Amino acid sequence: MANAEAAPAPQTADVMTTADGTPLKVSLARAVRKSKTKAALLVAPLLLFLVITFIVPIFEMLTRSVSNPEVATHLPRTSLALQQWDGNGVPSEEVFDALVQDLKDGRKSRTLGKVATRLNYEYSGARSTVMRSARRATRLDEPPYRDALIEIDKDWGNETLWRVIKRESSAYTAGYYLAAVDMEYTADGKIGKKPEDEQIYLSLFWRTVWMSILITFFTLLLGYPIAFLLATMPSKHSNLLMILVLLPFWTSLLVRTTTWIAMLQTQGVLNDMLVWIGLLSEDGRLQMMHNKIGTFVAMTHILLPFMILPLYSVMKTIPPSFMRAARSLGATGPVAFWRVYVPQTIPGIGAGGILVFILSIGYYITPALVGGQSGIFITNFIAYHMQTSLNWGLAAAIGSILLLLVLALYLIYNRLIGVDNMKLG
Amino acid sequence: MTDQNDTIVDFKNIQKTYDGETLVVKDFNLEVKRGEFVTLLGPSGSGKTTCLMMVAGFETPTHGDILLNDVPITHVPPHKRGIGMVFQNYTLFPHMTVAENLAFPLEVRKIDRSAISEKVQRALDMVRLGEFGTRRPAQLSGGQQQRVALARALVFEPDLVLMDEPLGALDKNLREEMIFVTHDQSEALTMSNRIAVFNDGVVQQCAAPDSLYEEPNNAFVAYFIGENNRLNGTVKEMKDGHCMVQLDDDAGIVEALTVNVSDTGDRTTLSLRPERAIVNPPEGEYPNLFEATVQEVIYMGDHLRTRVELCGHDDFVIKIPNNQDHDSLKRGQTVRVGWRADDCRALDA
Repeated sequence: MANAEAAPAPQTADVMTTADGTPLKVSLARAVRKSKTKAALLVAPLLLFLVITFIVPIFEMLTRSVSNPEVATHLPRTSLALQQWDGNGVPSEEVFDALVQDLKDGRKSRTLGKVATRLNYEYSGARSTVMRSARRATRLDEPPYRDALIEIDKDWGNETLWRVIKRESSAYTAGYYLAAVDMEYTADGKIGKKPEDEQIYLSLFWRTVWMSILITFFTLLLGYPIAFLLATMPSKHSNLLMILVLLPFWTSLLVRTTTWIAMLQTQGVLNDMLVWIGLLSEDGRLQMMHNKIGTFVAMTHILLPFMILPLYSVMKTIPPSFMRAARSLGATGPVAFWRVYVPQTIPGIGAGGILVFILSIGYYITPALVGGQSGIFITNFIAYHMQTSLNWGLAAAIGSILLLLVLALYLIYNRLIGVDNMKLG
Repeated sequence: MTDQNDTIVDFKNIQKTYDGETLVVKDFNLEVKRGEFVTLLGPSGSGKTTCLMMVAGFETPTHGDILLNDVPITHVPPHKRGIGMVFQNYTLFPHMTVAENLAFPLEVRKIDRSAISEKVQRALDMVRLGEFGTRRPAQLSGGQQQRVALARALVFEPDLVLMDEPLGALDKNLREEMIFVTHDQSEALTMSNRIAVFNDGVVQQCAAPDSLYEEPNNAFVAYFIGENNRLNGTVKEMKDGHCMVQLDDDAGIVEALTVNVSDTGDRTTLSLRPERAIVNPPEGEYPNLFEATVQEVIYMGDHLRTRVELCGHDDFVIKIPNNQDHDSLKRGQTVRVGWRADDCRALDA
């Protein structure tokens, strides 16, 4: 680097040189090369690990959320033939001919299922149309195929299905992203909202975000006094308190979550107690589990340490003399606390807040176990599409939007507080 | 002792314990008059800072009263005491600018906005940092931070200013009534009207700097303030304010000023300042004259610091002024060392 820079420069008296005439920069580069190499080698394993386990999967996810190979790969002739079609009316015999060839090939190689599923995302009923037609198409030997296919399934006479096939024959699609925000291509190929009763994701995103905000706020509310106590108590007592704060970390997440089920369910400890002391009637037991309350309580508890620890690490660095100084300057306790102490803990509030918010926006197990219908998060739908519906493209699209949300939040945080100000420990 | 109106702070029999077993401050009595600059001087852990914290209201005396302007302040909360305080680490609020730091004590006193900015600017000008109002404390040097801290303690015009070990020298023009805790002696000697030497939770001696140095009352003050040579012995005879002291191991008899011994047979520590011992004095001028062997001569510029062995002590130090009269001494050379009886103080053992 320095070599390349120094070489074209004329060796004038202005260039500083060492005793033997080597330019100073070259000499310096040579001297630090060894330590730079050593540093690079030390970083290399982690960097490699990060690339393999973090960057590659994220890239893979982003690709999958737009990639759309099924129709083009498995209905190649049809895709080609449809390029000539102007999108109006039922396509010509050539297209049907290509389709029959593709269906026959696809049935032989057993690849039609993928295309059928893919088309079904966009055109409900397309799966059975494709599969049935493929079964029957083996018996179609002679053209013309057009009327024969339409007779097998009248959907082949519907130009909307053909528009879908033409649209999805391109290698990339925005369809998954549209689905992830409750939009779709309407019958005429424009982008529009899904019918009211099919809209789920936007409200789920919204619920995930506002519940995460609420959880973050409550962890701050509960965590701030504890962190303050931890930072100001004499160490022999604060160590015990610290152990209590860290205790949840040493317990399995599942155990903690199921404990909350035992506590909060209709026949659970809390309800039993309230009934026993007469605050509730036997019929009036509160529903606190398998809804938003369950998710909210359990997650606030589970994420509390992630708020306390950054707060504590910042508060630990604020000497008590600052509060004393403020008091000696005439401020009452609350004023001194609010104007002198709290502003100095903002890096901790920011770090804890962003940590808890990001963790909670992507939380999965707890909402899945205690959330019921009304308390689940968007992550539970990612899992559903990964494991049950096997619509990985949609799962990837929702995941990417979640990633984008977190990045946006991070940028806002950086603008407001500055990431340099964040202190995690 | 003085007119009551002159007294700003009065510590009366203050005792303080943190654990209920040991007294950090044993019996602290001190009266500070208006306009005085009093320094609390003492080794670390002697209770100086605890005393300041009790005045400021962050520690409660276990026993005794502190009167501020003749009013007991034990139950007055810190923010109502109206005492300016400069802490050891300056405690400038890092999230505020210098001007905001200075405005803070005025804002919490609900002073008018325009008056605040005027006072802040005046205070900044006073410490010659008029241009630095918009900076953050972290952008200032240590000395500038200290001056800001001082300006902040003065800006609301308190009757009393407390300073806990400010490390740099202060401008004499800036001082008001101040109690000042320090371990830096030259700082204390040059700045203060009076110095209270603290040890073991008790004020050992409280006096003006010169008398503290020249006339220490006890062995601790003599040892703690400046440098001194110490000789241990037993009082043999007392007459007219002087006494004859037999040094240990029969090393000789010294005539000394009686300060802190009461009777013959008392153990005593003799204290002699290094600059009061004279090498090879004219015959018969001093009652105390001893043979000494030069151990070491260190050239200090304005004086020669000479360590000799005298009366069995090999750490006896003499400061010889670097003038044309001084003899050039060599290591191992034998000289005579003499001093006046009044310069040698017989203190407690």
